[in-house]
Amino acid sequence: MIWNETIECASRDEMMSIQSERLIRTVQRVYHNTPGYRAKMQAKGLVPGDIKSIEDISNLPFTEKTDLRDNYPFGMFTVPMSEIVRLHASSGTTGKPTVVGYTRNDLNMWSENVTRALCMAGVHQNDIVQVAYGYGLFTGGLGLHYGTENLGATVIPISGGNTQKQIQLMQDFGSSVIACTPSYALYLAEAMREMGVDPKSLKLRVGIFGAEPWSENMRKEIEAQLSIKAIDIYGLSEVVGPGVSCECEHQVGMHVNEDHFVPEIIDPKTLEPVAPGEVGELVFSTITKEGIPIIRYRTRDLTRLNYDKCECGRTLVRMEKCMGRSDDMLIIRGVNVFPSQIESVLLEMSETEPHYLLIVEREGTLDVLKLMVEVQEQFFSDEIKELEALRKKIRNNIQSTLGISCDVKLVEPKTIERTAGKAKRVIDNRKI
Amino acid sequence: MIIKQVSVFLENKSGRLNEVTKILSNAEVNISAFTIADTSDFGILRMIVSDPEKACSVLKENDFSVKTTDVILAKTPNKAGSLSKLLGILQEEEIFIEYMYAFSMDNEGAVIVIRPTRVEYCVEMLQKHSTELVKADELYRL
Repeated sequence: MIWNETIECASRDEMMSIQSERLIRTVQRVYHNTPGYRAKMQAKGLVPGDIKSIEDISNLPFTEKTDLRDNYPFGMFTVPMSEIVRLHASSGTTGKPTVVGYTRNDLNMWSENVTRALCMAGVHQNDIVQVAYGYGLFTGGLGLHYGTENLGATVIPISGGNTQKQIQLMQDFGSSVIACTPSYALYLAEAMREMGVDPKSLKLRVGIFGAEPWSENMRKEIEAQLSIKAIDIYGLSEVVGPGVSCECEHQVGMHVNEDHFVPEIIDPKTLEPVAPGEVGELVFSTITKEGIPIIRYRTRDLTRLNYDKCECGRTLVRMEKCMGRSDDMLIIRGVNVFPSQIESVLLEMSETEPHYLLIVEREGTLDVLKLMVEVQEQFFSDEIKELEALRKKIRNNIQSTLGISCDVKLVEPKTIERTAGKAKRVIDNRKI
Repeated sequence: MIIKQVSVFLENKSGRLNEVTKILSNAEVNISAFTIADTSDFGILRMIVSDPEKACSVLKENDFSVKTTDVILAKTPNKAGSLSKLLGILQEEEIFIEYMYAFSMDNEGAVIVIRPTRVEYCVEMLQKHSTELVKADELYRL
């Protein structure tokens, strides 16, 4: 089923006219309400009247994660707090999260887009959707939750973790759809084998997976192990959350809800738009959001766009599975991790510059983060118990700052390879 | 009466201990005694050496994490019951020990290396009980 056929199957001209009208309004809104945007536009010699259609979008200044951080927590909101009905946040680069606020209209718009995404995935009113994304500041859980309710399907708000119960409810409630991270889906399959539960005996038929990168091979594995169709969903809290784009049943790229979120692809070095169909960094502008509209947000995700009409009948532009990042951000078990966050945790514990190496591995189906820290003089104690306490403290501080557990290994000074004087910070051994 | 013990952080992998002994050998530093405290990933090499300052500086030049720690060296006769007697004194005076190890200098006597929580107090108490302690100049001549 196509939830909003008029929009999702509109001609390119119709879509561009909707986008133009909405972009013009959004630019006026941010120019008059957000000092940061106004200053950036003025620096480029732009006034709102210069933006006459969607084709002028590439003249607008970019927004980056640092802009959100510098305006922490509410500096980029364009409405008074009395109109904000919900806050979400994601991890930031220095421990401070990036905060987004939603008006009532924003929440309705978001739910609408998630509902479209669910329909793309082949979910319908009679489905029972088990939402195993985390509920809370993270947008995954609540995003899928309200989209499912808006569709009229049944939602099981179980949130993340508690694997045995997840499987028990699948058996008892007859869940037909599971929404979680792809690595957790594989973990569920493994747990089912251990519990002696045959996935074929369950009613599960669709999985909606996102919040971390995954490959076509991983898709095949999930589909084979759980006997379901595995659908890729994309989103980020800075734009809205899950539901920015989603695959249809043909699994040939994610349809972007471009009447709300306008995608562009740029060269991350020159910042110029790339030729159509070329790979580059994905940039999003929201054109209907009220709480915190965002202009040309650099997602750092690398992908490309395809404007051909899809077999499903939708004309919405499709983005390919993300092929990597243009920065050093890692996504580990759905959590955004920047090496600089680890660095600041270590810096808090000592006066001098810490040397460390992050190693990410996939053990079985789960991502594991290992942290090697050089025991410089300032960390070194003559006693084992002090060193063990140090190791535990590093682990705890990282857990509380990043919300992710890691194995800490203490190593000798200068054992971490330095390339051209600068230490290599990350080794990602995951084959995804 | 207080001796500088040299402690080195070592990863639990092959060749690391030999690396330390090679460096000290080249610097002509003698190791009178050593012990290794280890966990599954790393260990701490603790040594009594002929020249603690030189040992620290050459090891630091070779990128090792090094530290000196104050310890006490008590001389005991090399015969049954002498360790028990020493421990009796420490217990009586309520001296808490972080760690200790022993070495033998000749057939006559053994030396017990003690790292107590309160170093000065331990020296005072052992002397009160007439325990013979190794003096720094005596040791560094070894």
